Amino acid sequence: MAADNLPTEFDVVILGTGLSESVIAAACARVGQRVLHVDRRSYYAANWASFTFNGLLSWIDDNKQGGQSPEEVLDWSGKVESGEDILPLSTMDTSISNLEVFCYTSEEPEEDEEEKKEDATPISTLSPAPQSEGEEGNQATSPTDNRRNHEGETTLDILSESPPEQQDQEECAPLAEDQQILSSDGEPQGEEQLSGSAPTQAKKKKISYTKIVKEGRRFNIDLVSKLMYSRGLLVDLLIKSNVSRYAEFKNVSRILTYRQGKVEQVPCSRADVFGSKELTVVEKRMLMKFLTFCLDYEQHPEEYQDFTERSFWEFLQNNMLTENLQHFVLHSIAMVPRETHTEEGLRSTQHFLRSLGRYGNTPFLFPIYGLGEIPQCFCRMCAVFGGIYCLRHSVQCLVLDKESGRCKAVIDTCGQRISCSHFVVEDGYIREEQRKGVEHKHISRAVLITDGLLLQSESEQQISLVTVPPLEPGAPAVRLVELCSSTMTCMPGTYLVHLTCPSSGSAREDLQPVVSRLFTKPASAGEEGDGSDERPAVLWAVYFNMRDSTAADRSGYDLPGNVHVCSGPDAALGSDHSIRLAQEVFRQLAPHEEFCPPAPNPEDIVYDGDGGQGEGAGFSEAAQAEEGAAEEAEESKEKEASQESSPVEVGEMPDPPPAPLAEE
Amino acid sequence: MQFSIYIIAECNMKLMTRDDKSLLYNVGGKEGVLDEEVLLLTQQLLSSNPDFATLWNYRREILLHLETVRSEDEIQRLYEEELSFLEACLKVNPKSYGSWHHRGWVSTRLPRPDWARELSLCERCLSLDDRNFHCWDYRRMVVRVSGVPVDQELQFTDRLIGSNFSNYSSWHYRSTLLPLLHPGSPEAASPQREPPTSSLLKEYELVQNAFFTDPNDQSAWFYYRWLLGRGVCVCVCVCVCVWGFSTNSEVILRCGYRNALYYKSLTHLHKICDLPPGTISDTSNEHNLTVHWTERHTHRDCALYTGRSESWCRDSATDLELFRSELSVEKSSVLQSELQSCTQLLELEPQNKWCLLTIILLMRALDPLGYEKETLAYFQTLKEVDSMRTSYYSDLCSKFMIENTILKMEYAEVRVFSLCEKNLSTLCHLDQLLLVTHINLSSNQLLGLPPQFAMLQCLEVLQADDNAIENLEGVYHLSKLEEVSLRNNNITQLSDLKILTTCPRLARLDLRGNPITQIANIQSQLAELLPSITELLL
Repeated sequence: MAADNLPTEFDVVILGTGLSESVIAAACARVGQRVLHVDRRSYYAANWASFTFNGLLSWIDDNKQGGQSPEEVLDWSGKVESGEDILPLSTMDTSISNLEVFCYTSEEPEEDEEEKKEDATPISTLSPAPQSEGEEGNQATSPTDNRRNHEGETTLDILSESPPEQQDQEECAPLAEDQQILSSDGEPQGEEQLSGSAPTQAKKKKISYTKIVKEGRRFNIDLVSKLMYSRGLLVDLLIKSNVSRYAEFKNVSRILTYRQGKVEQVPCSRADVFGSKELTVVEKRMLMKFLTFCLDYEQHPEEYQDFTERSFWEFLQNNMLTENLQHFVLHSIAMVPRETHTEEGLRSTQHFLRSLGRYGNTPFLFPIYGLGEIPQCFCRMCAVFGGIYCLRHSVQCLVLDKESGRCKAVIDTCGQRISCSHFVVEDGYIREEQRKGVEHKHISRAVLITDGLLLQSESEQQISLVTVPPLEPGAPAVRLVELCSSTMTCMPGTYLVHLTCPSSGSAREDLQPVVSRLFTKPASAGEEGDGSDERPAVLWAVYFNMRDSTAADRSGYDLPGNVHVCSGPDAALGSDHSIRLAQEVFRQLAPHEEFCPPAPNPEDIVYDGDGGQGEGAGFSEAAQAEEGAAEEAEESKEKEASQESSPVEVGEMPDPPPAPLAEE
Repeated sequence: MQFSIYIIAECNMKLMTRDDKSLLYNVGGKEGVLDEEVLLLTQQLLSSNPDFATLWNYRREILLHLETVRSEDEIQRLYEEELSFLEACLKVNPKSYGSWHHRGWVSTRLPRPDWARELSLCERCLSLDDRNFHCWDYRRMVVRVSGVPVDQELQFTDRLIGSNFSNYSSWHYRSTLLPLLHPGSPEAASPQREPPTSSLLKEYELVQNAFFTDPNDQSAWFYYRWLLGRGVCVCVCVCVCVWGFSTNSEVILRCGYRNALYYKSLTHLHKICDLPPGTISDTSNEHNLTVHWTERHTHRDCALYTGRSESWCRDSATDLELFRSELSVEKSSVLQSELQSCTQLLELEPQNKWCLLTIILLMRALDPLGYEKETLAYFQTLKEVDSMRTSYYSDLCSKFMIENTILKMEYAEVRVFSLCEKNLSTLCHLDQLLLVTHINLSSNQLLGLPPQFAMLQCLEVLQADDNAIENLEGVYHLSKLEEVSLRNNNITQLSDLKILTTCPRLARLDLRGNPITQIANIQSQLAELLPSITELLL
């Protein structure tokens, strides 16, 4: 580790690799500031990260054990000169809580072990799915190497320390009790296993837990579930800064909603409305008319001025929209609660509509390989422009100047003093004493691995956004994002479903009712052949709450003026908040510099050019950049069309970035 | 074979870089050479400007030449290379006439064509721009040659319309496929090809979805109009008219095109012949004349009865056949339900011009007289919401008003016809008025009497007071015309009246209230111009 050999002076030290921090890092490095970007975690993107299945299991482990070590108070007086103060940072992450894991598919731990021992002669009586020996061999030789091939940065390491078998056993404990809670029939586990081994010709091949673990590298499970509005700040920034070249995207293919006990498609684009079989022609007209109005509602204040003090819901009712159209607009297009004010509802609707048609028939993009790619792309950008990266490395405390009250330097994990003029830090690193004035909300999250689409369609490869309105008054509206294997976030034959809502209780309390309505458990022998239940089965699920500190006001923190706090992810669907925050912080850091100007093409960058790099070199106009992004989206669509499921290289990687601290 | 590369090159020179120019001179230097080196040179030029027709022609000459000297496999390879070169050209400019045309040519020359590949190329191209008509054209060619089944093509249009229905090309293609898919009954009497009702209803549903979703999109409305009426022009002989004067007799045959295309009065008036003097000298006997129309294999009989100097034979035109030209769907129940849907749409979109216009057409097809009041009101709204086309709507409205007046005639042989105060801006259907002797066009907004007016061969009295008539073009060779009243019009010059000299029997002319009356000496000038006039009012 070269982390004890860091330079001792930086313009900006950034702690935490979440989206806002990464964007700030990229923006600062881009305008020539010396950036040190560190994260105590072993992976990038903090709570924005995406994990392989095994990576997620070890993340779960870490977070379950979290909090056992009390905050240490070390004596830093040796590092401090007179007239200086110490402000320690938190050493543990408390942002994740109420973690619960459920496994509904047969675990077959014995079989797993047998397979490990006798690689060449699998005892396949219990194995429902045929497995290629090549895969097994691969698994055996490098069970812990779950890094994706395309990852250029060696520091990105989200591998699990413990072998998969161990985790299986650990997961057994919660499973047993949960099955009692969840399975009404209370079938003993043994029978379920038998059913898994029964040679029935089920339509779907059953996917066992072992299989999921074995194929774990095919998963990229996001901790936070968001989509990118095609005309949101994030997409604009990706295009403007040329960071988009580091990633590929797919269009969300459909918007669904849960209405009257059924999952149905929401007609939101012109083509959807035209093609909808559910709407009458009059409804089509009414909906189109309303949506057209929303697109530039500001131009027609007379339409809604009577409703400025009333709710959007009332406004919709007053607009001759039938009940189902009201549902679509309120829950799936505006995605706001009923009591939202009319103007806010209109603004949300407009935001949705403006993003339509830029890249496809829905307003959303999803980054292939998961959302965790996005902060990493910005980190890569920062590294390309000289930013120094160091994972598993943290800042232990800040050195404050007593007189000015500003942060002069930081002291890192190795006890080294590093001076800086600005310090940017993720909210999670701030100790309780400094955040007394800050109130937190929480996000309830669930991640499910399922075996089928919520709404069948011609293609099995669908990326769907599903809005579930409050199931009962007072309950939160829940948002589901269903990802298919072509997004490179789950193994073929499975779907990854993310549920998100603002917390009112624990994640399971909030989300379990929705899960049990939309999904079923894998069929056991007795239920087989019934076929009446078309709902997909949940194979595996995890629930957790994540802290949402976005509502916190900067003034709530008791921190020096040159320490900037970045909140973690919020519950919203888009990432606008984080980008706006990054922009604000950057403006304080470098008031006169442009925020993320277009980066030159990688081949135009001269690394050892001794600062001789011309500012204008390789700059493309914004329009071209936009074209480029459109092309990319186009490409991704083509891939979708051809249903290509092989992994796609993410962007072209520039020559190795100057990251002297990359671990070896 | 010589090529005039230089001449063409001059014109295109501006588009080219210096490198291209030097290349061009190389090509020029090799005039008449048909080898692969020239292929390469032209390729370089065309890749920078694929719309250079002469170079494509040159390439074709070379390829044709090579065909004669190479083996089939080599030819196949050569043409395949050509196709991939064309693909590169299309990437540069997907709307290049030259590239698409050349591709079509190469595809047909290819010894072993791969049509599936061509179809997928079109697919790709249309997914990038679903309105690229070059690609549509090429695709139709590929489909024709490779024999893709019609129903499969219909599904293809389904898909493209599904992804974006603002696409004339898809709708149009559909309109060519449907008749193929549902060929009509073979009897010649019914040339209309009606698809079975179920699939027809499906089409109505599809297009309704489109115009309810976006009523301002024209493409769907045009397709809808096509669906409602796809009448074929039928030329029929409507009327034969014979009259004799003391010296000679004439036979006039008028034939009209039934189911004429929308708003175009395709009517022909044929004066067949003057019967030789003396043919019908004996008016005390009955004469039977037969007119044979060989082209159409029809004939008409006309009897000139004893003691009469004229006779005619005319279709007993029922109102159904007369004007129902635009919307030819036979089942009025379909029309009725379509009218209901459109009225429903109009309630939601009272300002939509397409909807208004379609309603008017539907109403006319259903019951032109019964809906007259509504039609007039809708025309008024139309003129307000689409002020750019006021004149168009006025003309259309005039047409309908004339039709209604004709329909109101009790029998076809009415000879006194009045179109007063109908707000007419234009005259049409004059073919229906061949036998009229007295016509009254007073108090309208006419600017002139169109050439077709000359069809009123029996006209004796023309009244057209209180209009804005400037020209009298149509008052031409009206051999029976005796009296013309043009009070309060806009006739300014003597030359405007010159055409009246072709009407030998004109005796009374009323020009009061026209600017021409201000001209000094006008009376004597008129007397000089039109000596036959005995009663002139100025």
